[in-house]
Amino acid sequence: MANIMTVDDTATMRQMISFTLSSVGHHVVQACDGEEALKLARQKKLDLVIADVNMPVMDGISLIKSLRQMPEYRFTPILMLTTESQENKRQEGRVAGATGWIVKPFNPEQLINVVNKVLG
Amino acid sequence: MPIDIRQFHQTFFEESTEGLAMMEQLLLQMEGAAGSRGMTSPDPENLNSIFRVVHSIKGGSSTFGFGWLADFSHLLETALDDLRAGRRQPDRETTDLLLRSVDALRNLLEGARTGAAIDKTRIEEIASALEVPSVTKAAEASTAEAPEHGWHVSFQPGPELFRSGNDPLRIIRELGALGTLQVSADVSRLPRWEAYDPETCYLGWQIKLSGRDQSRQAVKAAFEWVADISEITLAPMREAKRSEGDTPPASGDGDHTLVKARGPSIRVSTARVDSLMDIVGELVITQTMISETVAQFTPADLPRLLVGLTQLERNVRQLQESVISIRLLPIGFVYSRLPRLIRDLAQRLGKQVDLELSGEQTELDKTVIERISDPLLHMVRNCLDHGIETPAERRRAGKPETGHLRVHAHQKSGYVHVVVEDDGRGLSYEQIRQRAVQAGLLNADTRPTPEQMHELIFYPGFSTASEVSDISGRGVGLDVVRENIRSLGGSVEVSSTPGSGTRFTLRLPLTLAIMDGLSILIGDQTYLLPLTSIVESIHLTDDRLSRLPDGQEIFALREDYLGLIRLHELFHIPSRHTDVSQGIVVVVEVDGRRAGLYVDELLGQQQVVIKNIESHYQRVDGISAATILGDGTVALILDVAGLMRLSPRPVMAPDAPGCVPRRGSPRSTISDPRALH
Repeated sequence: MANIMTVDDTATMRQMISFTLSSVGHHVVQACDGEEALKLARQKKLDLVIADVNMPVMDGISLIKSLRQMPEYRFTPILMLTTESQENKRQEGRVAGATGWIVKPFNPEQLINVVNKVLG
Repeated sequence: MPIDIRQFHQTFFEESTEGLAMMEQLLLQMEGAAGSRGMTSPDPENLNSIFRVVHSIKGGSSTFGFGWLADFSHLLETALDDLRAGRRQPDRETTDLLLRSVDALRNLLEGARTGAAIDKTRIEEIASALEVPSVTKAAEASTAEAPEHGWHVSFQPGPELFRSGNDPLRIIRELGALGTLQVSADVSRLPRWEAYDPETCYLGWQIKLSGRDQSRQAVKAAFEWVADISEITLAPMREAKRSEGDTPPASGDGDHTLVKARGPSIRVSTARVDSLMDIVGELVITQTMISETVAQFTPADLPRLLVGLTQLERNVRQLQESVISIRLLPIGFVYSRLPRLIRDLAQRLGKQVDLELSGEQTELDKTVIERISDPLLHMVRNCLDHGIETPAERRRAGKPETGHLRVHAHQKSGYVHVVVEDDGRGLSYEQIRQRAVQAGLLNADTRPTPEQMHELIFYPGFSTASEVSDISGRGVGLDVVRENIRSLGGSVEVSSTPGSGTRFTLRLPLTLAIMDGLSILIGDQTYLLPLTSIVESIHLTDDRLSRLPDGQEIFALREDYLGLIRLHELFHIPSRHTDVSQGIVVVVEVDGRRAGLYVDELLGQQQVVIKNIESHYQRVDGISAATILGDGTVALILDVAGLMRLSPRPVMAPDAPGCVPRRGSPRSTISDPRALH
C-alpha cells in the first residue's frame, strides 16, 4: 500500500509504529533522527512521514522544514508526534509545514485511523 | 484488528534501562564539570539528551499504561524543562535530586517489569522535591453538546492549507463518517485565471452535517490540524431538543498493568545478522555439494568429498564464531554502573578519587558480563574502601590528595583481563597476618610469603577492616568474588606494593559455550585440557626427575623447576606405563603458576562444546566440565588451576626461579581445605 517513514529516536516507538502499520499492509521504513530520515526520503518517494519532535542530530521541526524544501515533498503529509503539553511545539511544527500531529500516548487503532485519514 | 502492544514492552524496558544509564553518566559529567569550574550552566546538548531519555520513558509508559512511571517521568520532565529554561539552578542539589530521580525511575521500571515492590514513600518524597505540584489532570469538562439534528459547518481554509500537506477533501470525507453530508462550495474567492496560483487554496465550503449524536468535539476533531489556519464555525441545526449528552469512552489511564517479562533478549547489529545469513548461504551450498557427491559416489569422488567436508568444517566454524559474536557485549555495560558508585561512596567516605575506565569496547559473552558485574563492583568498592586513603593521609604520605582508581579491560590469548588498580596504601601484610592468626588460620610464629598472604585475603570470612564498615567490610567479599569468577572458568590474581597500591586482575574466558582443547589419553580414558593453559609438551627421561624428601617429583625446565603431576595417580586410573619417558609431559600454566602434567598420549586438538557437570552431578575438584566427543562418549575437561590445588605440593611460581618449594611451609594450614582430600 503506502510507503511510510517513522522517525523517532526511541526504538520502542519506531517498532510499535512500524509493526502497527505493516500489519495493515503498509511498507514502513524507520529512521532514528532527522538526518537519517532525509537520507531515506531522498532515496525513495514516501507517501507519509511520521516524525517525533525531540530527536538528537536533527529534530523533527528542522526535518519538516527540510522536507518541505524538497520539490517532491511539498505536499506530502507529515505528521508530528507530540504530547499533550507541547502546544508550542505544535505551532512551531505547523509553521514549519507539518500537516498535523498525533498526540502521545496513542494506541495502534488510533494510529491506523489517523493514517487512513491522511492517506485518504 | 486488535494489536497486542505488550509485545513492545521488552524493547521499552531495555531502551529505558539504557537511557537511564546514559542519563546517570551525563548527570555525573555535569556534576564533575560544575565541581571543577565552579557553578556553570550545563552543556545544553547533554541536558537535551537527558531530557530526551525522560521524554521517551514518559511517552512509552503512558502508551503502555504504566501510570506511576508516566506521572513521575512527567514531573521529572517538567523539572528538566525548568532547568533548561534557567528557571532552576543547575547546582549540586539539583544534580543530586536528578540522580535520585534516576534511581526512582529504575525502581518504577523494575516494578512495571516484574511487579517488584515500589518504594512509594521515597518516590513521593523525590516527586515533591521536584517541586512541581502533582499533575492535576484537568478533568476535561466534556463539552458534550450533541444536537439531535446535526451541525451547520462553515469551513474557510487559509490560502496556505496545501503547503502543510493538508487536503480539504480528506477533512470533508472524515466528516462524512459522522453522518450525512450536504456540501456546497464557495467559489467567491477564486481569482481571475491569470492570477490563479495552483498551490493556493481559494475555495471554501458550507457543510450540512445531519445525523444523531455528533458531539461538538467529534466535529471539531476533523478540523483539528487546520483550525489555526482556517476559519471554522460550528452551529447546531435548529428545531433540536438537547440530547442527554454523551459520555466519552473511558480511557485506559490509571490502569497500572503489570507485565511479565518475556525472557531476556539482546540487541544485535544488522551487520552481524547479515554475516550470519551469508554463512548460512554458504552452508547450504556446501551441503548441496556434499549430497550430490554422495548421491553417485564412486571411490574416485573421494577427493571431492574431502574438499566438501573441509568446506563444511570451515562453514561450521564461521557460523559458530558468528553466533558467539552475537552473544558478545562490550564490557562498557558493566562500567556504566561504576562512576555513580564511586561518586556516592567517595562522598560517604570523605575520600577523593579519580576513576579511569579504559578498554570499554572489550567484548565478553553476555552471561559472563552479567555474572562479573557484581564481583567487579565489589572489587572497586573494596579498593576505594580499603585501598585509597583519606586526603589527609595521602598528603602525609606525599601523594596527591585525589586517589586514582583504574579499571582496564583487554583481551589476551583467549581470555579477557580486567584489571582493577588503585594507588592507595596497598595490602597491609602485617594486618593480614595478625588477622589470620586471630582467626586461627595461621600459627602465631609463621611468616607467610606475600603470595600466601594474597591467598589469605580470598579466604571465606576474612576481612581486615579494623572496624567493619557498612561498605565492604562485611567479611563476605573477596571469597565470593573469587568463587563467582572461578565458576565462570576464570581466575583472580592480586598484587600489591605497600604504600603505593593494589592491583586485582580478573581473567575471564571469552565465551562459556565452546572451547579449544587438547585431548589427552590417561589409561583408556580421554580427557580434555583447555588449550589456553597449555605452554608446551615435552618428553622427559627419568634422569631429569628429582624427588623432594616429601616425595614430590620435580623436573628442571630451562630456568625453572616444575612440579610433576601424574594424572593417573591423581585420578587412580591404571596407566599403561609408569616410566616417564614412555608418556609425555604437558607443561601448563595458570595464574602465573606452572606445572607438568604427565599423561600417556596426546590425541589432538579439537573444539569442544562445554557441558556443565555441576548441574547434573556435583562439583568435582580438578574437573571444570564435560563434553561429548565425536564418537558420542563423554570426556571430562580438566581444570588446570584445580589440579594444581589438588596436587598435594604447592607448585612453583615462576618468579622464584631455581628455588625449591619450601617444605613445611604454612601453606597446608592456610590453603583451601578442599585441597586436602
